[in-house]
Amino acid sequence: MSAQQSLKTSGAPSLEELKAVGQLASEKDMEGRGCLCIECIEEIPCNPCQTACPQGAITVGFPITNLPVIDRAKCTVCGLCIPACPGLAITIKSVKDDTARVRFPWEYLPFPAIGDTVRMVDRQGRELCDGTISSITNPVRNNRTAVITAEFPRKFVQDAISIARRS
Amino acid sequence: MNAEKSPDSRIVKHAVLGDMPAQKEVTIYFEGKPLKALEGEPIMATLVAAGVTVFRYTKKGSPRRMFCGIGRCTDCVMTVDGVPGVRTCVTEVREGMRVERQQGVGSWKVQAEASHAQ
Amino acid sequence: MRNDGKPAVVIGAGPAGLCAAIELKKAGAPVVLMDENAKPGGQLFKQIHKFFGSQEHKAGIRGFDIGKELLAESLRLGIDVRLKTEVVGIEAGLKVWAVEDRSKSYTFDAGTLILATGATENALSFPGWTLPGIMTAGCAQTLINVHRVLPGQRVLMVGSGNVGVIVAYQLMQAGAQVAAVIEALPRLGGYGVHTAKVRRAGVPFYCSTTIIRAEGRESVERAVIASIDAKFQPIPGTEQTLDVDTICLAVGLTPSIELACIAGCKQIYIPELGGTMPAHDEFMRSSLESVYVVGDIAGVEEASTAMEEGRLAGIHAAWAMGYMDETTMKTKTEETKTRLKALRQGVFGQKRFEAKKRIVEGRKEA
Repeated sequence: MSAQQSLKTSGAPSLEELKAVGQLASEKDMEGRGCLCIECIEEIPCNPCQTACPQGAITVGFPITNLPVIDRAKCTVCGLCIPACPGLAITIKSVKDDTARVRFPWEYLPFPAIGDTVRMVDRQGRELCDGTISSITNPVRNNRTAVITAEFPRKFVQDAISIARRS
Repeated sequence: MNAEKSPDSRIVKHAVLGDMPAQKEVTIYFEGKPLKALEGEPIMATLVAAGVTVFRYTKKGSPRRMFCGIGRCTDCVMTVDGVPGVRTCVTEVREGMRVERQQGVGSWKVQAEASHAQ
Repeated sequence: MRNDGKPAVVIGAGPAGLCAAIELKKAGAPVVLMDENAKPGGQLFKQIHKFFGSQEHKAGIRGFDIGKELLAESLRLGIDVRLKTEVVGIEAGLKVWAVEDRSKSYTFDAGTLILATGATENALSFPGWTLPGIMTAGCAQTLINVHRVLPGQRVLMVGSGNVGVIVAYQLMQAGAQVAAVIEALPRLGGYGVHTAKVRRAGVPFYCSTTIIRAEGRESVERAVIASIDAKFQPIPGTEQTLDVDTICLAVGLTPSIELACIAGCKQIYIPELGGTMPAHDEFMRSSLESVYVVGDIAGVEEASTAMEEGRLAGIHAAWAMGYMDETTMKTKTEETKTRLKALRQGVFGQKRFEAKKRIVEGRKEA
């Protein structure tokens, strides 16, 4: 395991740290229906992502401190694991032409509305660009973790992770 | 944020906790001033909602508010219905309750027959 | 084996105490659960985040929902829960001295005692630390999540362990701004997934940084922070002033061992788990045969481990009191230990696992 310098000093992982544990999806992975991105690079005792997946596409196994491994062939990008993750560490990213999309967990008020222009942020909380909200879901089974989708320019797809909080 | 000037700082909407349920209101008196309190909440919560930042002064005149919030540290003690040294973080509000800042350890202001505060 | 009719008395109705009482009652043992507070649940009801672990640890369920489940179960089982009841003394022969409603004092004989008294948050002293607006992180968490009032608008969090980082996140959920999270050590303490969600909300983390002083006339108006060197000394010229009205201290917890001391349990010093605490064996039994210690009093960990420790003690005590056969006790104990071990693995858990082993070794020596 690397020193995780960025995660353990800035609070968020760097692209290199994600890559080192095989958790950085490529833009090729994101084409078409998109792909699951789990950013869980520390061995913590946790496996609800595995339990939530109806396809058996996420494996944590034993001990439950193992890092999750995604079987992309099995994953249907249904997104059930997004609100199941207690660490809010799962997103789904996709790209098409010049546009990228990220589906991410959200637990702050106020919620944005569909069609709203928002500011996309990177892992360090820096604002990257404008984005547009295309979907918000928060069914009972999410247990109060909403799942929001935002669209934004493709060139920011590796860095964009969420949207800026409005107060 | 200056003492007693902030608006009611109740969290009425919350993404996880939901909307605050309707609760019965009671009135307590802080330094003689009526404050809206919610039945079942501790005195500390009413005062924080009202923006009160000083709960008491030490005998040297240093201001104090709350510290642990769960009845361990006694930072938040006040004179309640004449009884000094009452932990406001674990004492529930009651209709008509009189809550006053105390100086130092405070002094008893109740007659022997008065009911004890919690 | 003994069955003298005296009840098991569980002191503290937090996650550990509730689980101990539930296991005892399920086995048919007489049990009395006491708590000084007006409501049971301990600190579970301020935990509004989803818990880690796996399904059998109730992972993915929010802390307050776990609290509701435990309360419903204790009600269903008909456990004798005595609230607003402070235990102020334990005399020889396990005579428990309780004060009810701060007015009525009584004593009665316990056959078994389970101490689940929890832990107390540590303070940190610096110039200005007594100013209104400075509070423990747990205090802020109680205010926002239980009482639903916001103690301030702009917060500095001191300490980057899970408590500090989780409360920083929850303060933002409650509508506050978090100016920064500072950490004296060179690396952040909390889980990376927690720090990452706070970081992407725009909150800066400063490692190797301490608070120099809090400023303000009648309450906090500013905090001055500075970088520190390898010897934890402030580096001149690195001071930074933050405009905040609230400073939260998340600098660890210390086991609340008063009753264990009064009872005469042998203590052991384990700094990784919060300081001095009663030594205990693998069944959570202290140095005294009929006194168990569970949850944070037995070493500060988390609610999920506290619940399993409570179950371990409840199962063993039920057997010792003659309400469970040995085979059932052994099977249930093994199941519980397996769940507990799962929570004490990985980079964070391994240290706690090793420290807990030292507590058990300490009990053997005592």
